[in-house]
Amino acid sequence: MTTAESPKLTRKEFVSDQDVRWCPGCGDYAILAQVQKVMPEIGVARENTVFVSGIGCSSRFPYYMNTYGFHSIHGRATAIATGLKIARPELSVWVVTGDGDGLSIGGNHLIHILRRNLNVNILLFNNQIYGLTKGQFSPTSRLGLVTKSSPKGVIDNPFDAASLALGAEATFVARTVDVQAAHLQSVLRRAAEHRGTSFVEILQNCPVFNDGAFDDVTDRATIDEHQLLLEHGKPLIFGPGGDRGIRLDKNMEPEVVALNGANSEQLLVHDETNDALAYFLTRLERPRFPVPLGVLRAVQHPTYEDRVHEQIDALHGAADEKAFDALFASGDTWQVGQAK
Amino acid sequence: MVATIGAATTSAASAKRVEERSTVVIRFAGDSGDGMQLTGTQFTNESALAGNDIATLPDFPAEIRAPIGTLAGVSGYQLNFSSGRVFTPGDDPDVLVAMNPAALRVNLADLVDNGILIVDTDAFTKANVRKAGYDSDPLEDPSLERVSVFKIALTKLTSQALKELGLPNKTVVRCRNFFALGLCSWLFTRPTEETLNWIAEKFKKAPQLVEANTLVFKAGWNYGETTEAFHSSYTVAPATGIEPGTYTNMIGNKALAYGLMAGAAKADKRLFLGTYPITPATDILHELASHKELGVITFQAEDEIAGVCSALGASFGGAIGVTTSSGPGIALKSEAIGLGVMVELPLVVVNVQRGGPSTGLPTKTEQADLLQALFGRNGESPVAVVAPCTPTDCFMAGYEAVATAIRYMTPVIVLSDGYLANGAEPWSIPKFAELPSIEAKFWTQSQGFHPYLRNEDTLARPWVVPGTPGFEHRIGGIEKDYASGNISYDADNHERMSRVRASKIERIAEDIPPARVEGSDTGEVLVIGWGSTYGAITEAVAQLNAEGIATGHLHFRWLNPFPRGVGSILKRFKHVVVPEMNLGQLIRLIRDRFLVDARPITKIQGQPFKVRELVEPIRALVEASK
Repeated sequence: MTTAESPKLTRKEFVSDQDVRWCPGCGDYAILAQVQKVMPEIGVARENTVFVSGIGCSSRFPYYMNTYGFHSIHGRATAIATGLKIARPELSVWVVTGDGDGLSIGGNHLIHILRRNLNVNILLFNNQIYGLTKGQFSPTSRLGLVTKSSPKGVIDNPFDAASLALGAEATFVARTVDVQAAHLQSVLRRAAEHRGTSFVEILQNCPVFNDGAFDDVTDRATIDEHQLLLEHGKPLIFGPGGDRGIRLDKNMEPEVVALNGANSEQLLVHDETNDALAYFLTRLERPRFPVPLGVLRAVQHPTYEDRVHEQIDALHGAADEKAFDALFASGDTWQVGQAK
Repeated sequence: MVATIGAATTSAASAKRVEERSTVVIRFAGDSGDGMQLTGTQFTNESALAGNDIATLPDFPAEIRAPIGTLAGVSGYQLNFSSGRVFTPGDDPDVLVAMNPAALRVNLADLVDNGILIVDTDAFTKANVRKAGYDSDPLEDPSLERVSVFKIALTKLTSQALKELGLPNKTVVRCRNFFALGLCSWLFTRPTEETLNWIAEKFKKAPQLVEANTLVFKAGWNYGETTEAFHSSYTVAPATGIEPGTYTNMIGNKALAYGLMAGAAKADKRLFLGTYPITPATDILHELASHKELGVITFQAEDEIAGVCSALGASFGGAIGVTTSSGPGIALKSEAIGLGVMVELPLVVVNVQRGGPSTGLPTKTEQADLLQALFGRNGESPVAVVAPCTPTDCFMAGYEAVATAIRYMTPVIVLSDGYLANGAEPWSIPKFAELPSIEAKFWTQSQGFHPYLRNEDTLARPWVVPGTPGFEHRIGGIEKDYASGNISYDADNHERMSRVRASKIERIAEDIPPARVEGSDTGEVLVIGWGSTYGAITEAVAQLNAEGIATGHLHFRWLNPFPRGVGSILKRFKHVVVPEMNLGQLIRLIRDRFLVDARPITKIQGQPFKVRELVEPIRALVEASK
């Protein structure tokens, strides 16, 4: 990523001249505002920033960012971003996708960009519904959810976006929510800092087709009981006033324990580099356990584009006249008539 | 004009008769594990180095290893080599090398009367004979009387040649194709030095195999030279009528890869290939992947869609995005090609056509994706389409595709096919400096920018790459406003943009040579072809003109747009005939565009046209209309 010295930009300079056309009350507004706010802090020049998207409500995002942008076709943003990032490793590339675009039609490309570990930031807006097509269930919709295409309730098992990302070898996996500005910003900053694919699941409310899907996680009244805010090196504590924590029972199963001052040492301690713990956290069953928010996993691995260019650069070649004339004549040759 | 050969090693001391032949068609056939493609390829190299004009037809099964000895597992390689010009691999072989009964059964009917048949008698065991579907030993069959049979215990002779080396029997058997190669090299007085060098190079990691294959190759040569089996050998003089120059043996896929690389380099841009392996296009990936020293990036994607999408992403970033595939993969890429039409970025899509639909005939040739290339996307979605005519023409087709994609900011589809991809012919090596220039400038003008501004000449929009300050913009698949480049759902604007995109492709006709007739310029029959039928039509037209039927040949390299001047040519001929390896696709376009009563000649057998398959129906058409 370039660290172009073009600071002093403000949120306004990342706002494009296009009218934002999401439904009133859509969680996407809040996400857009925080992204626009964080971009100047990240310190990459606007011209070196590219937002790529597929199809869906979230995929309108690039039009609202005053950067370079590519609004592509359904599910393919990660594949387009892959080509762009390989060709132009110095650009800061962001993919904006949703639970339909990224996990259903584009699921294949998503898992492969994660395993390759391109230095691309992926923001997956998960509202557990298809919004742009007006209310069909998605791969993250809860079992039993009544939608236009599941009038008797969803019968497909959903999957967990963060579990999937970890299974696909993602080097950075985080989860945040649309309405918690400070948390969202901090996760975005961490994602931008990470060298490698950053996968950020943003729980996002669709007020029209799946309103309140994350109310238990975001309502002030229940927020303490239903959110587990992760911090590297800190024990897993949540609840009103931090009155409870999570530990393993004798069968290595998670359990919630009330803190009594003496048992806090038994609690699990978050470690962003611990694969097994990251996966364990994504499997905590809601609502018996709180929803972990924050950085689940952050580890350093070489990026794909670095490896591509290392192989090329190691050869110190040049695509010049001499090289091509040698290439063309590299097989057995023979002369007819006068040699040229 | 006469070829000079560096490595002729014909034994002058031989007491045997040497007969002169002008043209020979030879076919090597065996089990797919017998190394027939390797044998054929190397015999072709020898013939090219001998100065002959050549054309080849590799023909192999889709299975990597079909059950040994079965008809399904037969692999063949046909070569036409000549002291004159050749344009096809030849209708029927004069020489057939059959390594087992199945190869004999599949290929014998094609062998000309009095042709030479060489068989490995050791492979004609009872089990193999039965597997090939024969009731009794076909070598004893009276039907072989029409040809000259050379029954050679190839496996035993190979084994004898190697007895000092103590190799396992399996390895010994796998060397026997070099006996056949050595024998045929003697039979046609081919230069052998290059083959010996090639063996040393190819097997350098296994010195024992270098020694073994060299011994066997020489044993094959010596068998012809010293035993009584053959009374004469043959020569085919270096070809005349060939343009002076330095030549190398070239196949279509490699030429295409070279053309793409050279085009990108000429434009001073990086070549980015995003692709997924598929027969018969995969060798383009292999070739490009081996040229990292030229800065080429190859990205083996997770699927066909990611292949084309990554290429488009790379083009957005300022590289030359290329994707390569065959029919089924092109079907998967359709939506993204449409996106390329909408966002107007350079994109080269290579379709090495094979038999279809669906999986079809993966290793066989066909031309049935023309209408897919032109129309196989949703909406009005025009793209440029170019079809190389010969294996070596794949070079310029790839080169021109890159140039056109940049100049007109558009996807360009290259329609090659399995025959061109694997077929070989001599390539007059170009000088990079003499290739046409390709201008590729990113937009940097400071005034009046919007992403869908149009170049007055080409109607192309500007190519502005991320990283350029002051021109931040968004592109995408939604219709854009003509005047601002912003999203637009306006009715009139959509019509205007649809027409502009179509006009842009039409304007490419300014850059391509006008239609030109080969053969007779006026007369009885105009034969219109496209793509890989060029060679067969050329020979057929020459034959018909020699018979007194004034026949012209119009060959379309560009299928979209058509070249200028076709209409006036059509008026100069009584009949219009359109041969295609499909059920009639170009003919629909000709009839639609020019309202002529064109007649089809179609063949859809996974095999290229034989010359007589064109000559006979055209002759009949002319006679019937007298």
